[in-house]
Amino acid sequence: MNQTGKEKNPNLKKISGIKMKSIGVLMTCPMHKYLEQQLETHFNLFKLWHCNSSITEFLKTHQGNTIRAVVGDTNIGADAELIASFPNLEIVASYSVGLDKIDLRKCEEKGIRVANTPDVLTDDVADLAIGLILGVLRRICASDEYVRIGKWKDADFGLATKFSGKSVGIVGLGRIGTAIAKRAEAFGCSISYFSRSQKPFANYKFYSNIIDLATSCQILIVACALTEETRHIINREVIDALGPKGILINIGRGAHVDETELVSALLEGRLGGAGLDVYENEPEVPEELLGLGNVVLQPHVGSDTVETSDAMADLVISNLKAHFSNKPLLTPVI
Amino acid sequence: MAGENPNFQNTDPPTVLVHRFPTFDFPPGNRLSTQFHLLDPITSPPTSPVLLHSIRALLCIGPVPVTPETLNRLPSLQIIVGSSAGVDHIDLTECSRRNIAVTNAGSAFSEDTADYAVALLFGVLRRLPAGDRYVRDGFWPVNGDFPLGFKLGAKRVGILGLGSIGSEVAKRLAAFGCSIAYFSRKKKTSVLFPYYENAIDLAANSDVLIVCCALNDETHHIVNKDVMVALGKEGVIINVGRGPLVDEKQLVEFLVRGELGGAGLDVFENEPNVPKELLERDNVVLSPHCSVATPESFEALQDVIIANLKAFFSNKPLVSPVQKD
Repeated sequence: MNQTGKEKNPNLKKISGIKMKSIGVLMTCPMHKYLEQQLETHFNLFKLWHCNSSITEFLKTHQGNTIRAVVGDTNIGADAELIASFPNLEIVASYSVGLDKIDLRKCEEKGIRVANTPDVLTDDVADLAIGLILGVLRRICASDEYVRIGKWKDADFGLATKFSGKSVGIVGLGRIGTAIAKRAEAFGCSISYFSRSQKPFANYKFYSNIIDLATSCQILIVACALTEETRHIINREVIDALGPKGILINIGRGAHVDETELVSALLEGRLGGAGLDVYENEPEVPEELLGLGNVVLQPHVGSDTVETSDAMADLVISNLKAHFSNKPLLTPVI
Repeated sequence: MAGENPNFQNTDPPTVLVHRFPTFDFPPGNRLSTQFHLLDPITSPPTSPVLLHSIRALLCIGPVPVTPETLNRLPSLQIIVGSSAGVDHIDLTECSRRNIAVTNAGSAFSEDTADYAVALLFGVLRRLPAGDRYVRDGFWPVNGDFPLGFKLGAKRVGILGLGSIGSEVAKRLAAFGCSIAYFSRKKKTSVLFPYYENAIDLAANSDVLIVCCALNDETHHIVNKDVMVALGKEGVIINVGRGPLVDEKQLVEFLVRGELGGAGLDVFENEPNVPKELLERDNVVLSPHCSVATPESFEALQDVIIANLKAFFSNKPLVSPVQKD
């Protein structure tokens, strides 16, 4: 924890440990058991879901000024109401890389630090993008079901579509987009992308217009951050440009895609298929999708592996410890 | 060129005898029927046995056996053109003895099969089909988060058979961050991945075994009980080769006892029958032998078949001959 301190003064760690144990940390939802245990071990942990996930209810039985840190995730982050309720809040450590559930402007205003979990989850999310493509094109979910319900005895399964060599378009060439591109290249895919600005070191074709990207590729992958500008960036126009043989993969945020338009495009055959890990109103998934054979649906599992969940948890804990030891945050946002 | 080959007249395409199960055929409108005179005894039984005696080329559609009895009926046969990567249904020893060349699908299927191996691995480690079912069955709002999977790149991948398919698998999984090792009949000098001299040693040093070697007498049940023990309780087996490469009975027992982490299987020992114990398991992904069932693979297969037949009928080197060793 505090190696320098340990060398200078062997008692410092013990004192710091006791001090840390009294620090009030609010966890917004049950995101990962290991993280919960670590927070309980190191801090004075409060769990918002024990109060029906309601700040108002929490404040009926707890003092707002006891909370000095909030650990949020993609479900419940730190919005203006939460920030206002905890006057002693010093840091929001998000168990996610996405920041769309955090009122960053409010945090900046009040001098509240924000940390997230970049890099440790890049591989898992990029893996899932490819996994969803394979799921949609090679129909492994449908074929698994076919065997389980005994249909193979009656007839062969039928044709799928090849993935290798197809053209892939990536919306957002950040850490995750770049990792997706590297994987797709191993499948012989041609890569192009749309981004706020061209990346000088990326050896892929850049499109300054997302419609042009969608027109040019067979598989379109959403891998950008969710901001005001990127909300519903995948709209009817983009979906139509992708076309009846096109596949949409969303490992970003549900709000990136106009879900109503997506559903109607799939039902009408204007879009070839979709692989989705995120939805506009999780955990609700549009009922019309549940019966479609050309979609693969995942329950927001982008970084949900044992290895990555633990690594994310460790990063959250490290950021909190660093902050409360007056050390630099490992992965600061603000 | 036409003059060298007495069979090939200006307008008459060469005759090729088709050998297939009655229920298994190429789709109609395929390019083969325009390039060659395909004689199919199932749809048009030959009126005279003399016709069979003059057949030089046999097109084997699907895994229909080619036995000494088959060959006895075709005394002029010089080439068997297979339609799959595997040729375990063809008696290669007999063919060699009679100087009959055999060709397979070459690398027509390699990319699709490699893609499928990755898909199956992803399905097992990241639980893709189980997650999809979870959403469709409405459990997400009720039961909350889906259980965690495992990171692909954290796995040591052992490839059994580093031929055309195995190499493509290695290339893909290396991009996911997996470390790759392999076992093959012979060490490949140009390959930098670690080589193991037998399947057990490979398994002992791997978390995932991907079976993509040819099926023959030496490789029957190459993934046996000892290999499964060496692979370990978290181990995952992916089979895109042939069912009999894996001792299926042992595999089922290991999975049921929790002594193996999971399996992704496109092939089985007695297709289309799948052991019923596997049907309920969430840590397996099952597939009805469809790793090459794409229009793209079929086009590539036709290219290879046409190229091999054209080469044969013009006395040129074959494109994808199978060596009997």
